[in-house]
Amino acid sequence: MDQYFEELQTTRVWRSVFRSGTGSSTLKRALAIQQNVFLHLFSTKVRTRMLSFSATWYLGTLTLGTFLILVATGIPLMLYYHPSVPQAYADTKDLQFVVSSGLFLRNLHRWSAHAMVFLVFAHMFKVFYRGAYRTPREFNWVIGVILLLITLLLSYTGYLLPWDQLAYWAITVGSNIASAVPVIGDKIHFLLLGGHAVNANALLRFYVLHCMILPLTAMFFVAIHFWRIRKDGGLYNHDSEPATVRARNGSAVGKEAR
Amino acid sequence: MAEEKKGPLGDDLSRRQFFTKLGLGSLSIAAIGTAAFSYQYLEPNVLYEPSPVVNAGKPDRYPLDSVTLDVNNGIYIIHSAEGFFSLSAVCTHLGCLTAWKQELNMIACPCHGSKFEQSGKKIEGPAPKPLPWKRIWINDDGDLLVDRSTDVPALARDSFVRV
Repeated sequence: MDQYFEELQTTRVWRSVFRSGTGSSTLKRALAIQQNVFLHLFSTKVRTRMLSFSATWYLGTLTLGTFLILVATGIPLMLYYHPSVPQAYADTKDLQFVVSSGLFLRNLHRWSAHAMVFLVFAHMFKVFYRGAYRTPREFNWVIGVILLLITLLLSYTGYLLPWDQLAYWAITVGSNIASAVPVIGDKIHFLLLGGHAVNANALLRFYVLHCMILPLTAMFFVAIHFWRIRKDGGLYNHDSEPATVRARNGSAVGKEAR
Repeated sequence: MAEEKKGPLGDDLSRRQFFTKLGLGSLSIAAIGTAAFSYQYLEPNVLYEPSPVVNAGKPDRYPLDSVTLDVNNGIYIIHSAEGFFSLSAVCTHLGCLTAWKQELNMIACPCHGSKFEQSGKKIEGPAPKPLPWKRIWINDDGDLLVDRSTDVPALARDSFVRV
């Protein structure tokens, strides 16, 4: 079996797809990262210590993991869900009680959504208390705040879709909070709902936001977020920072926080 | 290096700078136009929402000293000694539907605990304002009609309808 696989890796077709080739030399391993469209956002080399659990608690990676689960479960859920007033609630119940594995997919989607919100906060606390947000990583912190907002908006828009009493009144209350914005509050409320009350237009708008606009925006910023880790000098490790940066950021605080 | 030519108007723009400005200017105008059209597109011109005027039926449906909640339309029809009047049942805090509590003789909101008197006057927050009174009248068929889009002054003589 291994032999066949090794032979496969030497074929012209395989080499046309995976150009870096195989091998355990430092160069080959670096090329495997650098020449992969998904992995090239990351650093080609990482300190082994930074891959240990204690360095990051893997919170960012776990957040990405929940996001991928949400995409993978959300798309099949879309196949049975109609975002219309007469059907939305019935479709949600069908997913729970009629569709094969529907209950599993919906619950996985729901629990991953809760986990993602929790992990985003945990990730931000970890970054904050380690001091990993400081120069030169300020901009990546800002991107992180944008991603937090997108996560909360995804959570909020998804909440309306079952179209039950809980959803209806939660969105009524939430959208009325939006209208508390000075001057343009009522306009935001009107544009968000596509009307004056939570109704068919609101359901459709929240559906499009939840399934298209917000996930695509999230992916856009996630790509920048990962790319910036490399551009800002890799995962934050206080002892490995240049002396000038350490001095500027206040060494004493950094050491204790780590 | 060729000497930079002055523009036809005798200013300091070179040909390249002129076209750059022209291009960026046109793009900016197009961007503003796109933003304006996008905004207009997102704002619905026609709304398929229920009419603000509600037919509440014949007055004899409502016994004296009764408070009746119309769940679908979000209004109360109240038959008091002074006459009929109508209150909005939508909480002035964050828009939840309030409920009449007969045993407590008050209107209460299930979401955040605001309390109102039968006249709409606020007893307890977080609601910032009293429940507004709505225009109520009797049509030619003898039905009570309520206009949910028109507020009238609370407890004013003209805000009641007498049968």
